[in-house]
Amino acid sequence: MDTNHSRRQLAAMKQSLFDQGLLDEQFIQLEELQDDANPNFVEEIVTLHYRDSSRLISSIEQALKERNLDFNKLDTLMHQFKGSSSSIGAKKVKAECNLFREYCRAGNAEGCMRSFQQLKKEHAALRKKLEAYFQVSRV
Amino acid sequence: MGIAAEAPFHVLAVDDSLIDRMLIERLLKTSSFHVTAVDSGSKALKLLGLVEDEQINEEPPSIALEAHQDVEVNLIITDYCMPEMTGYDLLRKIKESRSLKDIPVVIMSSENVPSRINRCLEDGADEFFLKPVQLSDVNKLRPHLLKSKVKDEEDQQIHDKGINETEVIAPDKTIPKNIVTKNG
Repeated sequence: MDTNHSRRQLAAMKQSLFDQGLLDEQFIQLEELQDDANPNFVEEIVTLHYRDSSRLISSIEQALKERNLDFNKLDTLMHQFKGSSSSIGAKKVKAECNLFREYCRAGNAEGCMRSFQQLKKEHAALRKKLEAYFQVSRV
Repeated sequence: MGIAAEAPFHVLAVDDSLIDRMLIERLLKTSSFHVTAVDSGSKALKLLGLVEDEQINEEPPSIALEAHQDVEVNLIITDYCMPEMTGYDLLRKIKESRSLKDIPVVIMSSENVPSRINRCLEDGADEFFLKPVQLSDVNKLRPHLLKSKVKDEEDQQIHDKGINETEVIAPDKTIPKNIVTKNG
């Protein structure tokens, strides 16, 4: 088991996520809260985030199917989604959330739908990359 | 002989987001605080021993009943945006309570709205943190807790002094103003 190799690989993966603008400083803050007593804190909180955010995505999806969009409800759901994303340092996802909320406030249904599609893509992409990251961290 | 170890400060954290509760709990524990995390303002009030009138009888709610506070809480940190009872509502209820008003309250919010921040600070919040909350924010809590502790000790001294002095009961049996009673 070459732990040096996996440690380097891990560092490279993390750097890449930062370079691509997918993660921000908050992710580092989470890592700093991890210690011997709480060795899996980052993975635990990220896992919880994906459980939470998946639920919110479903709710938003449902809300977007309504004939007359309830922009207040959508904004509230997205506020929660943004908060959760922000807490794990999901930089790009957070930016998409802001865009969505701007469309909500403008009452722009088409804009909401478009930005939501983009948001789901970013959300799924980061999830995949973080799963790979944690997989390597467990080696 | 050693100095008796002081119990860690007890912080009550209030946030409807599971992620944020997990995060604030970790931040506070890292800073050696004892933490209780709840997901709503009403649960926070229940824990603090403050029961709303309306929960007990059918009459319209007026003043919250001041029940005995079973749990000692040294600081309350609450999210602003919560359904039903916002962090601001919670702040107001705490500051209006005779038994709880001296507990420092800190508000957290993901939104940087100056009018909101000012209103909270003007109405009694000791700090306002923007989310995501950092360790450097949590480090700002200790001075508020220590200041509150000093005030508690001063109040206790005044209280003890009042007991030791001869009580002067006015003809109508009211307690003179110079005796300060604390918390029943």
